[in-house]
Amino acid sequence: MSPDTLYSFAGLLLFFFGLFGLIACSQPLRKILAVNVMSTGVFLFLVATSYGPGGKVVDPVPQAMVLTGIVVAISTTALALILACRVQETSNLSQLLGRVKEKTGKEAGGK
Amino acid sequence: MNSGNGSFRRRKLDPLLPVVLLLNVCLGAILILVVNGMPRHPVDLAVEVAEKMDQSGVSSPVTAVLLNFRGYDTLLEVMVLFLAITGVWSLTRAPFPPKVPDRSPVQMGAVRLLAPLMCLIGAYLVWQGSYLAGGAFQGGAVFAAVGVLLLVSDLAWLRLVPSLPLRLGYSLGPLVFLGIALSCIFTEGRLLDYPEKATHTFLLVIECACAVSIGLILAGLFAGGRPADDLLEEPYIPSQEEEGG
Amino acid sequence: MIPVDPSWIVLPIAGPLAAGILCFLVRRGSSLICLVTLLFNCLAVTLLFRRFLHCGADLYRIGGWQPPLGISLRTDGPSLIMLAMTAVTGLAVTFYARGYFSFRIDLPTRVGRHERQERFFWPLWMFLLAGLNGLFLSNDVFNLYVTLELIGVSSAALAALSGKPASQIASMRYLLVSLLGSLSYLLGVAFLYKTYAVLDLGFLTAAVADEPGVRAALALMSVGMLLKTALFPFHFWLPPAHANALAPVSAILSGLVVKGSFFLIFRLWFDILTPVISAQAYNLIGVLGAAAILWGSVQAMRQQRLKLLVAYSTVSQLGYLFIAFPLAILEADHQAWSAVIFMAAGHACAKAAMFMSAGTIFLHAGHDRVADLAGIRTYLPVTVFAYAIAGVNLMGLPPSGGFVAKWMMLTTSLASQQWWWALVLMAGSLLAAAYVFRVVSRLFIIPPDFPVVQRHSRAGLLEWPSLVLALCSLFMGLIAPYPLQILKIHQEGSGAPAVARKAEVLSPPGHVSLRKAAGSEFGEACGWSVLLRGAIP
Repeated sequence: MSPDTLYSFAGLLLFFFGLFGLIACSQPLRKILAVNVMSTGVFLFLVATSYGPGGKVVDPVPQAMVLTGIVVAISTTALALILACRVQETSNLSQLLGRVKEKTGKEAGGK
Repeated sequence: MNSGNGSFRRRKLDPLLPVVLLLNVCLGAILILVVNGMPRHPVDLAVEVAEKMDQSGVSSPVTAVLLNFRGYDTLLEVMVLFLAITGVWSLTRAPFPPKVPDRSPVQMGAVRLLAPLMCLIGAYLVWQGSYLAGGAFQGGAVFAAVGVLLLVSDLAWLRLVPSLPLRLGYSLGPLVFLGIALSCIFTEGRLLDYPEKATHTFLLVIECACAVSIGLILAGLFAGGRPADDLLEEPYIPSQEEEGG
Repeated sequence: MIPVDPSWIVLPIAGPLAAGILCFLVRRGSSLICLVTLLFNCLAVTLLFRRFLHCGADLYRIGGWQPPLGISLRTDGPSLIMLAMTAVTGLAVTFYARGYFSFRIDLPTRVGRHERQERFFWPLWMFLLAGLNGLFLSNDVFNLYVTLELIGVSSAALAALSGKPASQIASMRYLLVSLLGSLSYLLGVAFLYKTYAVLDLGFLTAAVADEPGVRAALALMSVGMLLKTALFPFHFWLPPAHANALAPVSAILSGLVVKGSFFLIFRLWFDILTPVISAQAYNLIGVLGAAAILWGSVQAMRQQRLKLLVAYSTVSQLGYLFIAFPLAILEADHQAWSAVIFMAAGHACAKAAMFMSAGTIFLHAGHDRVADLAGIRTYLPVTVFAYAIAGVNLMGLPPSGGFVAKWMMLTTSLASQQWWWALVLMAGSLLAAAYVFRVVSRLFIIPPDFPVVQRHSRAGLLEWPSLVLALCSLFMGLIAPYPLQILKIHQEGSGAPAVARKAEVLSPPGHVSLRKAAGSEFGEACGWSVLLRGAIP
């Protein structure tokens, strides 16, 4: 088995690992990590296509595509992480306030 | 550990999960079989890139594809990065810890030593992009690492960086790239059709401007929000907020 | 007629990009910058139409590099109609957003909240516009991925702009789904590249043959795009994301953004990968479309909140676009094929108008509970009228664009002996009527002791754009011959497209006469609208 086929297989495996993680994990952070694993898999697969026959000619186009893809992946990951932090903050706050309200409500009811 | 156990237990209860796993495995196996049976692809494009290299203005094939042959992709990609920082700024202000902690002198010494050195390496990577592996993104990533180093060591002046210079820095690369791309319409008649004599200069200008912006934007993403003097917003209080709208 | 310079094609992409950067940088007069950009965008699209009528479908090679080495932009019938749809809807939404934010900033709520929303709405919307225009024009599979990400990131950030937890959670899910979709698409691109080593759509169309690698690519790309388009089993993310966003954002997301990924599926299935796709696949996607129509409508009827109702109606209306796939592949006259694009354009106008009206109602009433909407008509007559007119398009009553599209699909389904699709189409229209009238009947009631409500001084800027857009969707049926003619030029210009070849292979010989019959129906539908056009001064 030639190295580029091996890279393709590894890329596909990573893609499906990530996909499973994305569906199975419930926390946002893990989901974002799973998407990152998926994108790494796709990039590995893509970069493996730059081997020409006999490994002599190296095709620069997939490498450029992967570079572009990496930058896009960074941007989306950053946005997703900050969004996840915001969700965490606001939902923590609402939970906290909800709990305070419940407590005061109960006390008022008790009295 | 506790939360991990909890999620593990929950995972065990979900009856759909084995089905998902099975589906995943099947799909993966099918695709691997497909890849296994695929013949090696032709290399017409690689040959064509090699033929046109002398017109590209640089001697590294990856940079030539990135900035010249498929420069339009790269233009949009820089825009995606710019868009990400716009999106992050729209979400929140940068969360700095409430007070500056005591730092060890060793840490400060290391930062003082490393930061200029890293800037130098970044600049060299940008320069090297025209003939070897390297370029705006690699150099920009090193610049971003400088920013992250400064942010991690929590220097006091970083909290006071005003918004306008940051915005100028972020938009420098995208504006220069877009401006050069559009100016080619007026000089050569086509988007991104660099004039033959000046191709190398144009590419270098684009690379330098983009490297600065990319470094700043990546560091800005790490900081995670608008700077201190940008728009203030009261924190969210659920009871006040209306639904929808 | 002076030939139009081909470089105008760049303006719909570069203009919004520059405007987006400027809005982020300058911040003062953002709305003016955006209005000017949108006007220039309309101008550029008009010029592109002129050029198209003059010299037919065209390629613009960026950087002067010949494909497959370089990237090219393509103008043809479908992409021009999509561009026009984006330009018109975008212009109306921009006017509306101007009114919306100036209205909102007057409302007393958290300090800085509305300012933040206004300040960041404009750059994000400009990037989204650039992404959409780029997607419609692009002629390169990898470049399409980059434009998809431009659209995905900006629309997720826009959906989270309102700052409420509900909208942020919905936007998080939206972002993850859209990332999954575009990664799946990118893996498909990698498979295509591994097989043919080209990225240009023209070269791919010429090269594609029935190979396992292409089949895998087709499956991956289609599933990814269906996720983003929210076709029936994948629609779970759409209603919360669209219903919880700000009103102009909802209008953009529901009217335009889903059309972007839909257009990509359309291109893949009818232009590029057609030789690989079996008749069963077309039927499967049609079945999913039918399920979307029924499920979406039923869910829309059950909603208590107006914006959720409108969002579910988007799920249902997207079904119509897919139900035309099995119809289009079995007939050679491209009636259903044209109907799809026409329907998408009509829906964009109607749905944006509907969401804008819903937003105006929300702003004035302070809620959007369907049960308590009676009396709104007293102080928002124009908005209520706009909502009802947009509803006419969703139901598919004449003379709306929805009517012409549904009529074309109906005749095609009967002519090609696929009457079951006709049943679904009619059932969908009835259900749409049910959920539209459920709201409209409330809106037109005025309770006897209804209090006098103060109308906002700038409500006009909120009301008129939605009415104009709704009227666009209504009268689209009357100008139907023009866009259909442009689509026809496209088919003739590109020789016998893949679909026609496919239809000859797939349909049994007995169908030829039926196809001819469908052709005459097409003529009738056009003639009918020409008649109506003559009747109106």
